[in-house]
Amino acid sequence: MADSLVIQKRKLRPEEITSKVLLNLSVVAIVVIWTIPTFGLLISSFRTPEAINSTGWWTAVFHPFSQGFWTLGNYLRVLTEDQMGTAFANSLLVTIPATVIPITIAAFAAYGLAWMNFLGRRLLFILVVGLMVVPLQTSLLPLFRLYNDTGLAGTYLGIWLAHTGFGLPLATYLLYGYISQIPRELIEASEVDGTTPMTKFIYLVLPVSVPAIASFAIFQFLWVWNDLLVALIFLGTRVDVAVVTTRLSELVGSRGQAWYVLTAGAFLSMIMPLIVFFALQRYFVRGMMAGSVKG
Amino acid sequence: MKQQTTMRVAIVAVLVVVAVVFAACGPRTEQAAAPARDFTDNPWTDGQDLSGTTVQIFGAFVDEDARRFNRSMQPFIEATGINVVYEGSGDFESLITVRVEGGSPPDMAAFPQPGLLGDFVGGGQVIDLNDWFSMDYLQQQYDQSWLDMATMDGIMSGFWHRANVKSLVWYPVKAWEEAGYDIPETWDELMELSRQMVANGHTPWSIGIESAGATGWVGTDWIEDILLRIAPVEVYDEWVTGDHPFDSPEVRRAFEIMGEIWFEPDFVVGGIDAIVGVPFGDAPNALFTDPPSAWMHRQASFIPAFFPSGVEIGVDVDFFYLPPIDTDIAPRPVLGAGDIYGVFNDRPEVRALARFMTQGISTRAWVEAGGFVSPHRDADLDWYPTDIDRRFAEIIANADPFRFDGSDLMPGPVGAGSFWSEITNYVNNYPNVPLQQTLRNIDASWPGR
Amino acid sequence: MSDAVIQKNRTVQVLLSLAVAVVLVVVFAWSFHFMRAATAPRLLIAVVAMVVGVGGIWALFLTADHLVAQMPVKLREILRPYVFITPAFLVLLVYIIYPTIRTVYISFFDFTRGGTPQNFGLQNYVRAFTDPALLIALRNNLLWLIFVPLFSVSIGLVIAVLVDRIRWEKIAKSLIFLPMAISFVGASVIWRFIYYRAPFGAQIGLLNAIVVAMGGDPVGWLRLEPWNNFFLIVIMVWLQTGFAMVILSSAVKGVPGSLLEAARIDGAGEFRVFFQVIIPFISGAILTVTTTIVILVLKVFDVVFVMTSGRFNTEVLANMMYNQMFIQGTYGRGAALAVIIFIAVTPVMIHNIRKLNKA
Repeated sequence: MADSLVIQKRKLRPEEITSKVLLNLSVVAIVVIWTIPTFGLLISSFRTPEAINSTGWWTAVFHPFSQGFWTLGNYLRVLTEDQMGTAFANSLLVTIPATVIPITIAAFAAYGLAWMNFLGRRLLFILVVGLMVVPLQTSLLPLFRLYNDTGLAGTYLGIWLAHTGFGLPLATYLLYGYISQIPRELIEASEVDGTTPMTKFIYLVLPVSVPAIASFAIFQFLWVWNDLLVALIFLGTRVDVAVVTTRLSELVGSRGQAWYVLTAGAFLSMIMPLIVFFALQRYFVRGMMAGSVKG
Repeated sequence: MKQQTTMRVAIVAVLVVVAVVFAACGPRTEQAAAPARDFTDNPWTDGQDLSGTTVQIFGAFVDEDARRFNRSMQPFIEATGINVVYEGSGDFESLITVRVEGGSPPDMAAFPQPGLLGDFVGGGQVIDLNDWFSMDYLQQQYDQSWLDMATMDGIMSGFWHRANVKSLVWYPVKAWEEAGYDIPETWDELMELSRQMVANGHTPWSIGIESAGATGWVGTDWIEDILLRIAPVEVYDEWVTGDHPFDSPEVRRAFEIMGEIWFEPDFVVGGIDAIVGVPFGDAPNALFTDPPSAWMHRQASFIPAFFPSGVEIGVDVDFFYLPPIDTDIAPRPVLGAGDIYGVFNDRPEVRALARFMTQGISTRAWVEAGGFVSPHRDADLDWYPTDIDRRFAEIIANADPFRFDGSDLMPGPVGAGSFWSEITNYVNNYPNVPLQQTLRNIDASWPGR
Repeated sequence: MSDAVIQKNRTVQVLLSLAVAVVLVVVFAWSFHFMRAATAPRLLIAVVAMVVGVGGIWALFLTADHLVAQMPVKLREILRPYVFITPAFLVLLVYIIYPTIRTVYISFFDFTRGGTPQNFGLQNYVRAFTDPALLIALRNNLLWLIFVPLFSVSIGLVIAVLVDRIRWEKIAKSLIFLPMAISFVGASVIWRFIYYRAPFGAQIGLLNAIVVAMGGDPVGWLRLEPWNNFFLIVIMVWLQTGFAMVILSSAVKGVPGSLLEAARIDGAGEFRVFFQVIIPFISGAILTVTTTIVILVLKVFDVVFVMTSGRFNTEVLANMMYNQMFIQGTYGRGAALAVIIFIAVTPVMIHNIRKLNKA
């Protein structure tokens, strides 16, 4: 910020230095507290089972070279014997369409809600907002029955649609917030060309809405990738279809204190979301802000 | 103009989809020609060739147990060409509910709790095995007591494939020999031994009742084992059906006797914290440290599958029969359990597999892997890899009386609900929750009260 | 072009788009079967799945739009919005509205596993409200509802203001946001490890190691009533603070420098600037973040489910409902609990609708 730059140009007074140091230290403290849990997991996942069970992971941090206790074996084991590799591929297969489909449907709907007049607009509006708060556990049983009648149970299409359904209210809500704020002049200016709403949507609204779309995409990607319940019910636990979270929860359930398996498995499950998040995080903030700030 | 552009985009999108789909279609048609094999010559398919079909089984056991199960199915798969696909999940109770009620049950499901199967029998969703097998055949395969337990609402609700003996105490053999401990024959000796261990600076027991959503079942096993030892078997039977209340002198006494071990200072490694916090599968680990962190562990015959790798049954670890308390009431009571397979779909290959699984041969590989008791009469005692495994079978044979795990027979809200949660709550807050209140809460949760 | 030619063109176009629609349906149906076939190679299934799933949805919208475009002007204008909103409406109908209605219906029956709905009445509600466990669940939900938003938002706000003045803001923010990317199952592994109390041997769980190092006895954190609720709440705060921080940080940056300068020149200390300038200015963002977290917390299920399954008096409504429905098989009672959750959530719903209507 400009004014802080100005301050730095002149010589700092002692109390300013103290407050700067204090400020940095307190942020360091918070960051350390927030990071330690994950850090401990990461360190432990590279230690041998014996080492994990006999000493805390911090001893490995303080004496990294004194013990020959580092290993990649936990990861090898989780990837092969516990089939995390297959699960990883399955997760991708579930997550990508389950992110794209709801965004597409929601973007269309948000545009319709924001810029078109039609019968039932208000009802749809109330539904979208109201349904954001319905807990999805209640939907499971009736939906599952429906899935069996239609043959959707256990298919990828089924789980994409399920995630689409559960993610749609929030997606529509966020995108509506953004799309409805596009300046009216911009929309009306393009009308002169004799365009249809569809072309306006594709060539004008979508490109303008990229930040909001990207921010929801991150949201939905994280949510689908990290989801356990929907995958458990609609996809099942067979190892050839199971996703990462399902496998991991089986490991927790059957070997609740086998830390060498659990830590490696848990860290594997985090890699993808972390990549997505760090690659797209600047969009995340912009999109969320635009949709929410007007409050 | 723009309109036509969108139209073109749409058509291109469709064409791409079509192209990919049909490209994908190609390889699928060329099935590798399997060498001609005769799949009709086997005892299970009635001379039909059912190769290429699949039977889906869903159950609660995972991991090592699942691998052993798959191995034990191999003879059937090889002889018939029928595919047997097992899927196991720790969330069995909820998933089987969703699947059966949702209308897509697996072909068979392995229920650790007959009570749960009973719910589905009540709903008319389970196939009566009497329609498939004659009583003569079934009686030739199983003891009458197993058949009785499988009879619910007048139908043969399923068949048994794995039996467990629950009244066992595991101990580390070498450490016991070095310390000079003897196997207790009576409950008093067991308590005396425990005190002796404490005096020697040893911790006698390792107990862990954590089991995710099913936490507490280990405790219910203890209560059942003790109740069988202090009360006439009629009391036990009435208690299971709900005709004898929890809030009664017998059940209260069972809780108290359990408490004499569980809550005694220095008796249990890690104390109450460990009892409620340690997963049941990790609890035996305490026996295998050097020196042992705990010296005894009461658990069923399936527990060796959870032992750390490298532990040799019979060499490193052995078990003894949990001694009786009042031999006048029950000379040699044994608590048991088992997996009952309910059948939901009627297809020739499912019938064939059911026929196979009602025969001892279907348990052979699992028996040979150890820690498995076959309920089948035609299971050969020679298959058991060690004397230990044969002793499981003997304990069942010599039992007087033999009773099934009571909580597994009770209705869901009790057997898979309040009994688990209340015993956990009671132990966790000991001594702050009055026993009376715990027992009354369980009684109150009985359906229809 | 003469009218006749246009007319002819239009017919062709209608037929064409109809044909496309038919092809689409066929392709959908076909690929659907293909994906179910266990014999197909996995990689191909994946490719087909991606293409159909992602491309199919676009083809659907474009075809529908084209079809509508061929209609007479008046009809076209009426139908057009529905091209945009019908898919969304259908999905909501199938996935949320229908199941919700059915749940309400079931809640009035003695409906258990293997049974059929019978004995219409209020017994499930009576039972729910006389069940001591419900009171505990309500109490715990209240704890979550108060403390998760309180801690996440206030810690998030403090961090947002602090990091605004340091040079390594990006790194600090990324590290604090990082837990957002972790699944509840993954988080449960992390925190089980931290709360772990080894029954014997060295304490390798962080908290107990600290306690032991300071001369104390190891503690079974998750069974320590009623504090265990807070140990679970900590997990949720850990997960959600990053979200609050990111949003609030952007809001803080939006506070005009001149406003801050003016306040400082007036002699206001940093604390007064924080409470009297920054907070009022970004109150809108604070409210939004709070609402979002409140909605999340009202539905809280995963953390409790994977950490304690509601044991040791940590039960919350959503987990209780799951247990009654799927473990104990008492659907009617579970449904009644679901309805109770709906009712509890209604005020937030109404607030949301009002807010959006105003905008």
